[in-house]
Amino acid sequence: MGHPILPPSTPHSQKLTSPQTHITFRPCPTPPTSPSYEVPQREPGLGAAIKSLVSRTTRDVEAVKNITFDVAPGEIVGFLGPNGAGKTTTLKMLSGLLHPTAGEISVIGHTPYARHKDFLNRITLVMGQRNQLMWDIPVADSFERNRAIYRISHGEYNKTLDELNALLDLSDLLSKPVRNLSLGERMKCEIAAALLHRPQVLFLDEPTIGLDVTMQRRIRAFLGEYNRRHSATVLLTSHYMADVEALCKRVIIIHHGELLFDGDLNTLIERFSPHKTIVVDLEVERADLSAYGDVVTAEGNSVTLRVPKTKTADVTGKLLANLPVIDLTVEDPPIEEVIEQVFSN
Amino acid sequence: MKYYTATYWAFFKTSLLEQFQYRAAMAIWMIGRILEPIIYLTVWTTVAQTRGGSVGSYSPADFAAYYIVLMLVNQFTFSWIMHTYDFRIRQGELSNFLLKPIHPIHADIAENIAYKVMTAVIIFPTAILLFFLFEPNLAFHIQTFAVFLLALGLAFIMRFFIEWTLALIAFWTTRNEAINQMYFTLGLFLSGRIAPIDLLPDAIQTLANALPFRWAVAFPVELMLGRLSQEQILNGFTMQALWLLAGFLLIQLTWRLGVKKYSAVGS
Repeated sequence: MGHPILPPSTPHSQKLTSPQTHITFRPCPTPPTSPSYEVPQREPGLGAAIKSLVSRTTRDVEAVKNITFDVAPGEIVGFLGPNGAGKTTTLKMLSGLLHPTAGEISVIGHTPYARHKDFLNRITLVMGQRNQLMWDIPVADSFERNRAIYRISHGEYNKTLDELNALLDLSDLLSKPVRNLSLGERMKCEIAAALLHRPQVLFLDEPTIGLDVTMQRRIRAFLGEYNRRHSATVLLTSHYMADVEALCKRVIIIHHGELLFDGDLNTLIERFSPHKTIVVDLEVERADLSAYGDVVTAEGNSVTLRVPKTKTADVTGKLLANLPVIDLTVEDPPIEEVIEQVFSN
Repeated sequence: MKYYTATYWAFFKTSLLEQFQYRAAMAIWMIGRILEPIIYLTVWTTVAQTRGGSVGSYSPADFAAYYIVLMLVNQFTFSWIMHTYDFRIRQGELSNFLLKPIHPIHADIAENIAYKVMTAVIIFPTAILLFFLFEPNLAFHIQTFAVFLLALGLAFIMRFFIEWTLALIAFWTTRNEAINQMYFTLGLFLSGRIAPIDLLPDAIQTLANALPFRWAVAFPVELMLGRLSQEQILNGFTMQALWLLAGFLLIQLTWRLGVKKYSAVGS
């Protein structure tokens, strides 16, 4: 773990750059000082297009408003929200691509948009929908270009490449031009290219988008391994809950640019899902269990019930006592359901 | 310094590899770049012949020398960066550059040089061929050539800085084509491509002296042809230095403001 570089010590930033914090995202909570962007605004239609020639209207868009969070070194945080919630915008601000109009952001002791070389050398941003590899030339040549840009010594480079190779199985891909790779192959190479300089902080924007299940699992496993080996801090967005469940202990949920939840994944489930799911296999078919809870499905001799969490033990006891039970499992509802619950509140 | 040499070399190699993929397209572009000076040369030679052998101080052999050297100078100093930036900003591709711990202008310079090296295999044989076809009035002096190379180098950097600055206007306009077209048209006149600048009306000459175009193209050409006095040469280098400095400062300013304005559009 490197030592965070301390910025000028104002009372506020002192707190921000404690060694326990890798990322601090604190845009001011109230307008007009919250981060906003000026975007041209225009009604649809030709008339409006002509009108906009003479009078241009812009409006300030607050992509993110009440979002504040800190991330400790080595943490993997899932950053969730529906499309347009402000996830990518936040990642762009954290990686220095966007200048927030107000507020305070600190990543490994740097203000991202200053784009200090030390900062850029220690972070990476992977966007599932964007590529940095050069389209027409072999992957290895793009890697070599990054090697030079990031001042990676040949020894270090070979070591890292071996490691990435072992984890992502790249060897057959390196000599191929990027345009000849499949989406999944390209994504593996993109991730490898983004990690050649061994960044301490990873911003991953939907790194598994559009990939098949096997490839998703592979990339997931790799990211977990990278995090363990290098104690890297990871902020990850994904619409695949499997990614989040596999990697993130902690999740941050935003919606309409506001923070809805920040905490343990388990706490999230507890808080937003007051139900448990009980699956019972019975010796008899088509038993009517509606007296025990909401019947979600009933097929053959298997019944799925939803019961209030507080009653789980009670219901389970009654089921076992009163019915010819072969098997019984108590589960949390699927995380997708929980997230949906959060958004609908 | 060692870092920049190594990085430039890496940029140079990858750019070369990339451009090698598009040799056919490149050859077609080159035809245009070669035809333009040949067309003006033919026009001016015809005009000279109908007017009793010369236009101003230019005989057909002088025109031949002028346009062959101009073809080379223009080839080695031009950039296409203004078109690239339009795309980079509109598509959000600039993000890749902004995330790297090196200023993106370096990759662009290296790419430009790679292209020039690559196209040298077309442009030099063409120049030699034209030399035999048009029999230019061109004497070779090693001192003149050395000074010419210096002027050419400065012209390249200066032109690159200015065009890079103009390219950055895309941060504000998002589509740059109108500005590019105006720049191109002005350049056609004021850099001496349509006609040698001393054949143009006085008012235009004054304008050409004040703007960068002449110093980026016509000046090295006239210098190589031995048409400039020592005083004119010194003046030319001064103007090059001034525009180079101005370009450098403008880049700092527009880049700083532009990046702030950048909205990293797309995904």
